[in-house]
Amino acid sequence: MSANELRDPLKAARGLGSAQSGVGHWWSQRITAAALVLLGIWFVILVLGLLHADYATAHYTLGRPWNAVLLIAFAITAFWHAALGLQVVIEDYVHTRWREISLLVLVKFLAVLGALVSVLAVLRIALGV
Amino acid sequence: MADTRRPLSPHLQVYRWQVQMVSSIVHRVTGVALAFGTLLVLWGLLELAGGERSFDQFKICVGSPAGMLLLFGWSWALFYHLCNGIRHLIQDTGAGYEIPQFVRSSWLAVIGSVVLTVLVWAYVLMAGGAA
Repeated sequence: MSANELRDPLKAARGLGSAQSGVGHWWSQRITAAALVLLGIWFVILVLGLLHADYATAHYTLGRPWNAVLLIAFAITAFWHAALGLQVVIEDYVHTRWREISLLVLVKFLAVLGALVSVLAVLRIALGV
Repeated sequence: MADTRRPLSPHLQVYRWQVQMVSSIVHRVTGVALAFGTLLVLWGLLELAGGERSFDQFKICVGSPAGMLLLFGWSWALFYHLCNGIRHLIQDTGAGYEIPQFVRSSWLAVIGSVVLTVLVWAYVLMAGGAA
């Protein structure tokens, strides 16, 4: 009997769900969802408070430290959650392998880009540059 | 293409209409819509960072009839995905899977999203229009 066969088959299976990544995706989606419940409600209230605000008021309000921090958190979490959700939709409905992979990569690229652009915009507003 | 000769099931059209299947697919549809809707937030932030003139132009765009319609759709999609998302988070704990509870919570998410949207837009109208 070779040493190979003494290994428990479970060792090879652990962490390998049908998506080869266990429950990592599931957890990330839930945690970003829970964060977005709070950040989303906060964002809606923030925007409603800025109805009819002129440039100076809007700029000052969004640039205040806590608002800027929460805005960055909201933008990153939203793009992250969107990428996870779009991934599931693509995996479910796109059945041509090369199209599926291309779309999955494209969504990730765009989500990261969107998050980075948002962060830069908020930083420019908060730091006045 | 994937091999589609195997039987595809279950066929949607043989099912009697139920609120649970609507709440499920609408969660997906609003999720995809919100993924694109996040670009609206990104756009606003960029214009605000760009200075007074670009921000004023953004306000004109968003305050136009088409912009308001877009915002209205965006707000309902957000509130629906929020309500039904909270429902799913509760279900993730294992609660609410009895069929009557499942139907009730589906309706609650649908009605809750409409109520929240109406409340927010009532506030906007009382404050004299958007942007």
